[in-house]
Amino acid sequence: MMKENKMPRIQLIKRVLLVVFAAATINGGMELYKHRHYQLPIVAGPGVTSVKMLSEYCEGIEGTMADTHVFFLEGNEPGGKTLIMSDTHSNEPAALLANLIFLENAVVEKGTLIIIPMFNHSGSRNTRPGDGYPLYFEIPTDWGSKKFRMGNRDASWLDQWPDPDVYIHYPDRQLLSFIDVRNTNRTWPGRPDGPLMERVTYAAMQLIREEKVDIAVDVHGAETMFPVTNCIVAPEKSMRIATMASLTVKAREKFDNHVEPSPSGFRGLSHREIGDYSDAMPFLLEAPIPFLDQPTGPKTEALLLDGKDPFLLSLSKKGKLFVPYDETGWPIAKRVGQHCSVIQEIIRQFTKKFPEKAISVQNVPKYADVVKNGVGYYYHNPDSTDKKSVYFN
Amino acid sequence: MPLIMIIYYVICIFLIAILLWNFIKEKKSVNDMLLYLLVLIPLILRLLRVK
Repeated sequence: MMKENKMPRIQLIKRVLLVVFAAATINGGMELYKHRHYQLPIVAGPGVTSVKMLSEYCEGIEGTMADTHVFFLEGNEPGGKTLIMSDTHSNEPAALLANLIFLENAVVEKGTLIIIPMFNHSGSRNTRPGDGYPLYFEIPTDWGSKKFRMGNRDASWLDQWPDPDVYIHYPDRQLLSFIDVRNTNRTWPGRPDGPLMERVTYAAMQLIREEKVDIAVDVHGAETMFPVTNCIVAPEKSMRIATMASLTVKAREKFDNHVEPSPSGFRGLSHREIGDYSDAMPFLLEAPIPFLDQPTGPKTEALLLDGKDPFLLSLSKKGKLFVPYDETGWPIAKRVGQHCSVIQEIIRQFTKKFPEKAISVQNVPKYADVVKNGVGYYYHNPDSTDKKSVYFN
Repeated sequence: MPLIMIIYYVICIFLIAILLWNFIKEKKSVNDMLLYLLVLIPLILRLLRVK
């Protein structure tokens, strides 16, 4: 007679739960692992003359996820120097897209352009838990689509841990939110032996001081319900050029981009600390990004790229938004185009005011061009480009 | 990797071991079993440096 081998019911449930647990962990974990390790090909355009790593300015970030590429575009004639940073907040992608247009297309005749596409490199490999962000977004081009990681506002816990109860800003000792210890727009001017993100901003400060940068532009995006949106934030020393740039793009290119003064009592921000701790003139650019507003529908790739949302439309009709908003939303081409035009206008106004430090950048599209042709039109196919010109970030 | 991060990973391993032990020892409550496993997910992802 055969012995009956009957598994207790509770053991069976336990095994089923373990299988479900393993499947969920492996499946979800693989997605997150692939996102963190996805390499974005960046094509260095004809204007790129040299490439460094940010760690060359602060060895404290060497070999970490915070280290990132710095591209130099030097003109044949000497002149002033402009630094453009994007992905300070990696969930504001119009900044990166605009910066890549400069990197892939710009030709510098006078002066130098320095480009850091992914300033908070760790943040670009992070996701936002709980908010259901897409892991990637794609920009259509003539040769297919270019796939980008959708990052987070702050650096990953995997790279900087633990968070303090309260972030005490260095050197002003202002008390900031604990989460801002991983926010590279609160850790300026940084220090060489501080938390990792303070080392990142310190490296950038060293770059600005050692390379004698004249203009530092930090490119961002902000919610439509946030008053500091669709604007240039500038401290006292940059105010005149910011105002002239704002008025000029309004008159010539027909889009609004007002000026906001950089508050002197709010520490850690690029538009404040770069100006206070170096000779450079800082500017922070904000373009509206409806995706980041709280009262929206699902946080989809479509919302990220076209900025169309029925809830924001309803709020707009009630006068609750700080930017014009209609059924057309805020397409990514419009936001990227604004950044391209405002950066070029800041450079032009600086050149007018300081002709001995002239900077001349050619072959970069303006607002109307980007809106007409789309963002992807300006990106080159990394597969058909000389491999020496392709960098993975 | 700073010392405090290494200590954190040691704590993480300890918590994972406790949760697994509780899961194995649980004989009655399916809810508790499920909760042990749910709590395990972020700890395992952190230990493997995935998230």
